[in-house]
Amino acid sequence: MQVTVKLFASFQTGRFKIEVRDYPDQTLIGTIVRELNIPEEEVGILLLNAVHTKLDQSLSDGDLLAIFPLVGGG
Amino acid sequence: MDKILRINMSAAGGPTQSTEKAGEFAALGGRATTSTIVGKEVPPDCHPLSAENKLVIAPGMLSGTAAAISGRISVGCKSPLTGGIKESNAGGQAAQVLARLGYAAIIIEGIPEGDDLYKIHINKDRVEISVDNSNKLLDNYPLIDKLIKEYGDKVAYMSIGSAGERLMPSASIACTDPELRPTRHCGRGGVGAVMGSKKIKVIILDDAGCKNRPPQDAEKFKAANRVFVEGIRKHPVSGEGLPAYGTNVLTNVLNEAGGYPTNNFKTGQFEGGTKISGESLAELEISRGGKATHGCHRGCVIQCSGIYNDKDGKYLTKQPEYETVWSHGGHCGISDLDTIAILDYWDDNVGVDTIEMGVAIGVAMDGGLLEFGDGEGAIRLLQDEVAKGTPLGRILGGGAGMTGKAFGVTRVPVVKNQALPAYDPRTVQGIGVTYATSTQGADHTAGYAVATNILKVGGDVDPLKPEGQIELSRNLQIATASIDSTGLCLFIAFPILDQPETFQAMLDLLGGFYGIEMTGDDVVALGQKVLTLERKFNKGAGFGPEDDRLPRFFQTEKLPPHNLTFGVTDEELDQLYNWD
Repeated sequence: MQVTVKLFASFQTGRFKIEVRDYPDQTLIGTIVRELNIPEEEVGILLLNAVHTKLDQSLSDGDLLAIFPLVGGG
Repeated sequence: MDKILRINMSAAGGPTQSTEKAGEFAALGGRATTSTIVGKEVPPDCHPLSAENKLVIAPGMLSGTAAAISGRISVGCKSPLTGGIKESNAGGQAAQVLARLGYAAIIIEGIPEGDDLYKIHINKDRVEISVDNSNKLLDNYPLIDKLIKEYGDKVAYMSIGSAGERLMPSASIACTDPELRPTRHCGRGGVGAVMGSKKIKVIILDDAGCKNRPPQDAEKFKAANRVFVEGIRKHPVSGEGLPAYGTNVLTNVLNEAGGYPTNNFKTGQFEGGTKISGESLAELEISRGGKATHGCHRGCVIQCSGIYNDKDGKYLTKQPEYETVWSHGGHCGISDLDTIAILDYWDDNVGVDTIEMGVAIGVAMDGGLLEFGDGEGAIRLLQDEVAKGTPLGRILGGGAGMTGKAFGVTRVPVVKNQALPAYDPRTVQGIGVTYATSTQGADHTAGYAVATNILKVGGDVDPLKPEGQIELSRNLQIATASIDSTGLCLFIAFPILDQPETFQAMLDLLGGFYGIEMTGDDVVALGQKVLTLERKFNKGAGFGPEDDRLPRFFQTEKLPPHNLTFGVTDEELDQLYNWD
């Protein structure tokens, strides 16, 4: 299946901003995070198709996954 | 901070001054001080631009001390924009300098006869109030350049641009940063118009010969400050994200979450979002020899600001904040950072609130004045209309509500006539509760539920549902009223919400400084007290439960991509203030 992965802030450094990537069906978000060498404890915000989600969520073809470190402003 | 300076601009024969003991205000500060004085001394039903209104300026409880990040200055009055009580705070150097001069507050009352324009110069030996008509209608940047030649660069300036002199309800008061740039604004609610109504162009604060305020318990204070700074530095938001990308790191977050109000609150995602994101902004600033990391006052350990240079590497403006990038950007369909930076410069220069002005321009676009996305047109409106005080400029300077009426727009995003900031309440329902119920009008800082709804700092409450939002907003509004009184930057909320030892360090900073024991209950009690007296003022000014509401379109128009409306009921909103 194909999943669009977007990385933000410091997670872009040495990686990418946006990529369409191939994964086996039912891949978990946590698996992708580990594959990208992002320490799980550094993940602040996970958005799956614009809705907050968790690392143990599985993905489907065509999903859009956004991964942010803990950030804030205002 | 043992004294209060009172200036009466109405006095026959010219303004008079007197100094009184600070009394109960000696151990108070910021919003608690301004709101208490306004509540006691200003008739709630007075006209905000009349002699009966007062402008109260107060440094925070920890300003002028060695406490880190304690440089917020509060300005209070009855707001010409909302008609209710107003406290607007800003960074810059003014709070530290005013506190070191020993003032718990400056109270400016009355209005002088005639057209003369005044300046107030305060140093450790005297206060001088003098006429200087050569400053008339100067905007903030040229004004400060001129004043530096007279008063030097070792002082702090609080000034109004032409918008304040013209009494525009969106007018701000500018505070200079460490480089003497008028970039830190008490922006919201038209406090600059109140200063303009009293014919005061600038306050020059000179603390030469003054020292930091000494703590009662130096050892406890010093130890607490160390833990406090460590806590700020180790939290990812205040220690990494804010210094590297500034507040604009939020553009991508809100856009991805579908809560980024676009083209005057028509959709929750903006196509051009990435182009104007904090990541793009930081990259551009560095590539042009500017700075992506910069403090708005000395003693700041977060450094969320930056320096924005133009294409030729010449200073253009400070790093535009997230709210500004949104109001002039996505809200208006504009996706060009240079355009947004030029608008930010003009906002600072004429002295208007970037949120109110940006939202007003977007509302005018919705009313057909310009096309969405017309960046050149937006610049023209600020440069040629607002800055020149034309009738159109005065309409825009009157804020989003006035602009909506002038152009027959039905989608006007205001509460208590103050423009909504950069989070759509249909996607971030907690912040909708704060917008609706805050004593200040729509104000994200009054109870920043975005943290818990979207950023997952300080807990996790689903942003898309109404459940839990009242309690969340209530607790945050109470805590914020307290923090706004300390002089500490609100961004300490990120580490203190997540790290109990950093919260304790904040209590010990206050306790060590004043020689008392501070507890979490004291913070809550102070916040409730401030909110209660602000509510009382607003009631006297004519506000009731029907004013604690979002505009109706948030309940009738669904916002893509989530296609939700604001789900918190009126009955629930009326439960927010459940302690008074």
